[in-house]
Amino acid sequence: MKKLKYDPLNIVICGIGGQGNVLASELVASTMTELGYHVAVGETYGASQRGGSVMSHVRISETEELGVLISHGEGNFIIGFEPLETLRIAREYSNSETVIIYDPRPVYPLGVLKGTQVYPEMEAMKEELKELSAKAYEVPVAEITLETGNSKAANIALLGAFSRLPGAPLSSEELREVLTTRFKGDVLEMNLKAFDLGCKAIDDMDDSGAESGR
Amino acid sequence: MEWTLTANEPGKVCLMQGNEAIVRGALEAGINFASSYPGSPSSQVLGMLGNVAEERGFYAQWATNEISALQGCMGASFANARAICIMKQNGLLVSADALFCGVQGGVKGGLVLITSDDPDAHSSTNEFDSRNFAPAAEAIMLEPMTMQETKDMIPYAFELSERHHQLVIVRVTTRICHGRGNVVLGELPEKAHPIQAVDEWDRMNCVCYEHQATLNKLKAVQEEFENCPFNTYQGPEKAEKLIITSGTGKLYAKEAISRLGVAENVGLLALGTLWPLPEKTITSYMKEAKEVLVLEEVDPYLMTQVEAIAGRYGLNIKFSDRGTNVGELSPDEVLKAISALTGAAIPEKRVKQNEQGEKEPLIRRELTFCAGCPHRATFYLLKKALRSEKIPGISIGDIGCYFMAGGEAGFFGYQVCNAMGSGINVAQGLGQLTSYGLNQKVVTMCGDSTFFHTVMPGLLNASYHNSDMLMIVLDNSATAMTGFQPHPGTGITAMGKTVEPMSIEAICLAMGCSVTIADPFDIENTQQILLDLLQQKGLKVLIMKQPCATLKSKQGGPKKTVRVNPDKCLGDGCGCDKFCSRVWGCPGNSWDFENGKAVIDPVSCVGCGVCAKLCPAGAIEVEGGAEE
Repeated sequence: MKKLKYDPLNIVICGIGGQGNVLASELVASTMTELGYHVAVGETYGASQRGGSVMSHVRISETEELGVLISHGEGNFIIGFEPLETLRIAREYSNSETVIIYDPRPVYPLGVLKGTQVYPEMEAMKEELKELSAKAYEVPVAEITLETGNSKAANIALLGAFSRLPGAPLSSEELREVLTTRFKGDVLEMNLKAFDLGCKAIDDMDDSGAESGR
Repeated sequence: MEWTLTANEPGKVCLMQGNEAIVRGALEAGINFASSYPGSPSSQVLGMLGNVAEERGFYAQWATNEISALQGCMGASFANARAICIMKQNGLLVSADALFCGVQGGVKGGLVLITSDDPDAHSSTNEFDSRNFAPAAEAIMLEPMTMQETKDMIPYAFELSERHHQLVIVRVTTRICHGRGNVVLGELPEKAHPIQAVDEWDRMNCVCYEHQATLNKLKAVQEEFENCPFNTYQGPEKAEKLIITSGTGKLYAKEAISRLGVAENVGLLALGTLWPLPEKTITSYMKEAKEVLVLEEVDPYLMTQVEAIAGRYGLNIKFSDRGTNVGELSPDEVLKAISALTGAAIPEKRVKQNEQGEKEPLIRRELTFCAGCPHRATFYLLKKALRSEKIPGISIGDIGCYFMAGGEAGFFGYQVCNAMGSGINVAQGLGQLTSYGLNQKVVTMCGDSTFFHTVMPGLLNASYHNSDMLMIVLDNSATAMTGFQPHPGTGITAMGKTVEPMSIEAICLAMGCSVTIADPFDIENTQQILLDLLQQKGLKVLIMKQPCATLKSKQGGPKKTVRVNPDKCLGDGCGCDKFCSRVWGCPGNSWDFENGKAVIDPVSCVGCGVCAKLCPAGAIEVEGGAEE
């Protein structure tokens, strides 16, 4: 078993209902279980199947059985599918060593479209995410996957990107392997394509800090 | 994942959701019968059982409500079957009569009732704490603390139930049901539990002379619970500072104790047997303690019980809790409470935001109907119809996805909502008052699954007494909110068999109601139908037929492409005041703030095309897809 950068290692995955949050957390957790770690996952997805704020806590340890929730300020990684939701979570769970990876494409809450709320200034949000963390990676996965004709796999693309980050508890190969056992046919093909695009997005960054060969 | 559910690989470590652990536990117990009504947080359990029922040789049913489910299980138990009944948050309330009487009648084959509470009401209307039902019903109740215990507790509960001829409640919460953790698989039995013929003189009656026998059973169970493996203690032999907890509190407390470095001087008693409580065990730890911290969520159930025990044994203890009876436990709260108990300082965090001063709070994300949801159209039309009256009509809600219609998503579309099936009863009462001076139209609504669950008796009552009201059945062909479980209107069973679907229309007609059927997407005609029905006296039923948008997208098929023609959209300058995104409010209708024009969000839009019918400038265009 590979030594974890932190033990317990805490990951918060957040976004909006319907973006594939639960599946993403389950894939990471399954991969880590198969690698022999103790894993606990807590999901909070509210009364709405679509459209509400959702988050999952994924916790990994070499030795300890863990509770399903992460304490405030104890997130090591934050994976966000929407900028406002990422900031909401970062304010609660990040610390100076936290690494954030998120899709900067905004999805407006109902109140913003109805004119009763104002969506926060994008640049200010990006700035605050940087301030709140050690490093905040922007990966426009919805856009990247939409170009290939299907944005459904944006969650898988962001997982691909996550697997390339320094200190990630799993490698791209390990996660990719789990995808091939989990999906079949066209869906598998779509997910693998998205996954590789996510990996590439990080590899193409000049300052990604990605460990080569991982 | 489902591949683990029927894998007969004892010793294999799997990642399991709590709901999966319940299923696996039931399979390892060799159940014969399972019944449930869907709802959070335990919806998935019966769906998974139904999928493997044939393979494992047992019967699984989506019952029309919790009473039918529990009493069905009692029937199975009478023939010595092992039966499991799974209930959502509040489900125990629906089945209370069956439960309280059932306890007095006892059981034959093991009967395990899973009740799943939702502290914090993540996906519920309220925070019902079912633990208080155990002493009230004189029922046995267990609660697991981890996914592993959840799996292990189900076979244990069946054995306990059979040893004492009593039903056993296993209480779980959202953090178990929707959590995931490692579980070591046990063995699957080769055969299901043996069914036995019912003897002519067998009895399972709720009769008062069984009351003493019921209490005697509890006494015997309590003795057994003094040595139950699901009650654990860690810490020094004699702890002056003691924590008593159950459920999710255990792992939070364990982690906090290790973070605070106080393992040497604090005891942690975690109780898996909620009723009857192992009084001797609790007393043996409490009599060494000067201070006791009780960690639990929602009602002060354990606190009330342990305070009473301290009183009975004359123990002088300072009790403390987390300071609130609202919401679920959090690891931070537990850390703070144990820090206060022990005086150990909370390790400093590396949090950056503390240095930054106050930031403006972030806007909330309101719940809304999915893109293309037929309920949005129904409530839009209903609001217009109610407002067409001199004094706007009264709208009474019910429980389902359309619960969200009470807010912005449904144009603040109803005024009262109580519980499942309440809408028809509340509206029926109001409708009687139109002969006594109430000069308003009365409308209520329910979904198709709720119709079968608890609306039918109320509708019969309303019809018999000819209440002056309109009942709208939002028939979207699905139990949508909980994840598309089949109901009697769908023509399919939990085990995947095709059967004759029940017709809501035929039931309403048989009950003597006048019935109209409309399509909420047929905006113009349906608006007129609504206005006409409101003018008629007496009880009217309007069935709004249009499948759930999520169900349709699951089924696939060609999708229409909807787009805004920028030449036709007058944008900020149009008199419509951004009707599509601001008023209509579908997630598929977005606004390009830079160019001041409407846009369609291609990720969210499902292609229903209703916004195209509503756009006053005719700027929204629909292409392709199958014709409706």
